[in-house]
Amino acid sequence: MSPVMAIARTEARLGIRNSWVLLSTVILTVFAVLLVLLGSGATGEVDASLLAVSIASLSTLSVYLIPLIALLLSFDAIAGEIDRGTLQLVLATPIARWQLLVGKFLGHLAVLTIAIVISSGIAAILAIALDGNPGPQPLGGLAALAATSILLGAVFIAVGYIASASVRQTGTAAALAVGIWLGAVVLYDLALLGGLLASGEGVFARTIFPWLLLLNPADAFRLYNMSATDTALVQTGLGAVSGSPLAQGAWVLASPLAWTLAAISVAVVLLGRVRP
Amino acid sequence: MSASVDIRSVSKSFGDVHALDGVSLAIAPGETLALLGHNGAGKTTLFRILLGFIEPNSGEALIDGLKAGCRQARRLISYLPENVAFPKTLTGREVVAFYAQLKGAAASEANAALEQVGLGEAASRRCGTYSKGMRQRLGLAQAIVGNPRILLLDEPTSGLDPLSRNDFYQLIAGLAEQGTSVLLSSHGLSELEARASRVAILRQGHLVADGPLAMLQRDARLPIRIRVKTKPADAETLHREFGGRRINGASVEVTCEPDEKMAILAALHQRPGAIADIEVIPPSLDEVYRHYSRANPDKEARS
Ligand SMILES: Nc1ncnc2c1ncn2[C@@H]1O[C@H](COP(=O)(O)OP(=O)(O)OP(=O)(O)O)[C@@H](O)[C@H]1O
Ligand SMILES: [Mg+2]
Repeated sequence: MSPVMAIARTEARLGIRNSWVLLSTVILTVFAVLLVLLGSGATGEVDASLLAVSIASLSTLSVYLIPLIALLLSFDAIAGEIDRGTLQLVLATPIARWQLLVGKFLGHLAVLTIAIVISSGIAAILAIALDGNPGPQPLGGLAALAATSILLGAVFIAVGYIASASVRQTGTAAALAVGIWLGAVVLYDLALLGGLLASGEGVFARTIFPWLLLLNPADAFRLYNMSATDTALVQTGLGAVSGSPLAQGAWVLASPLAWTLAAISVAVVLLGRVRP
Repeated sequence: MSASVDIRSVSKSFGDVHALDGVSLAIAPGETLALLGHNGAGKTTLFRILLGFIEPNSGEALIDGLKAGCRQARRLISYLPENVAFPKTLTGREVVAFYAQLKGAAASEANAALEQVGLGEAASRRCGTYSKGMRQRLGLAQAIVGNPRILLLDEPTSGLDPLSRNDFYQLIAGLAEQGTSVLLSSHGLSELEARASRVAILRQGHLVADGPLAMLQRDARLPIRIRVKTKPADAETLHREFGGRRINGASVEVTCEPDEKMAILAALHQRPGAIADIEVIPPSLDEVYRHYSRANPDKEARS
């Protein structure tokens, strides 16, 4: 087996043994089930299938949960190995540093994928049990939600490596990861909302705001899933852009893809500077 | 194929701490070199330079003629760091198989390595359940897997009981016979029990000794102690006559240079009535080690 695959496999195995897979699956499933059940109480008023309603609320929740889980998976990747002394062992072998990061990335992504696939599957089964067959469109929407959640997770796993490779202590890396999470999924949106309120219908709202929204992979994820599910449940300021051509189609996903590649590259450079 | 280590006047400082100062050492294929030194003498720093983790400020470190740390050099080397904590939930076999694969060897080689260090029985258990000595042996198994030509072992015997330590040195001797070069660090000469073909001693970043143990012992020219157990009434007279110091009333201890020993013993022989017993105590390996690693004004002035 190639070194990259050996690292990925060990990382996935550790995720399973350390209960990371179990924990994140349980968290995601509990929230998914709750949202579906909540949605089943409201479908009487809305003219949409239960699954379609649930997808909208699930995507809003995933914006917060997926980055958090991804960062928790990855913040320890380098700093933790420095702490435990195993990074010296790994770097004493002939592997290149990028191979270490790519291997860890694949392993962590596998852990997250298991959790997302299981929780989405359970949510779909529950919605179908409560509401009858929703037809192919909402099921496709759920599959798209799961796939983009994995992509969103990939971004923050990679960003977590940046945090992990730029400090030597796991504690500091954890603090950095929490800061990144707060900034990317909470503060960024608050700042955008503030800007939107302040500028009214000005240039900011029409030309800069959509780009700023796309720049943040979490918002790009939200945009994609909202335009994809085509629901009327858009209550936030995001609604303003969802009609703009920027938000149309799959190329919104270029943002998280680019972020993943960029973050891994930065992490590789940072790891190159680490003196184990 | 055999490989060698060549360290050429390497210096390394961290801020104003001179961790290594002009250290030159060479290790031939099949040779075992024990690197000794007090805490902070620079042993680990030397290992990290040989792995390419840090660059020396001056001088160079070559692995089989290659720059230390390059990929080709790392192919030849295996490392056991002084502190390492393997993931607790992996089994011993999984840990060793993982490092085997990183070195480009087959995962199945893990079994043989675990057998060699005596962990064959425990290989399927999670290493979180291992004792300290077992963890140390797991580290060793990880180092020897993949048939490395050069072993860098930082305090490999710490945490091992005397029996395991013996097994360890036997294992190393076997590997050395097959041409593996071994550089191992340790804290005391007595611990080595004369099992390294060569000993080098670092003191505050300076190399203060390098040679076979017997040579170091001879060159140290440490005094020999002669302990004389006297009849109770004669302790005072013997002490006045031979000097030295009194020990608990009925003994006198005289120290002398190696070549004075016979003369003193002969003189003592003249006083059979006063003497109950004579014990000649050669300098212990610990004393030889202390001699080299103590701050020594003579040598400091020369270096
Ligand atoms: N990264 C570093 N930054 C600053 N100082 C360092 C660093 N690494 C080592 N030193 C210093 O270099 C000196 C040599 O350290 P080194 O770890 O090589 O000692 P050692 O011989 O391995 O000691 P020990 O027997 O305690 O393991 C020490 O004074 C140490 O404080
Ligand atoms: Mg050390």
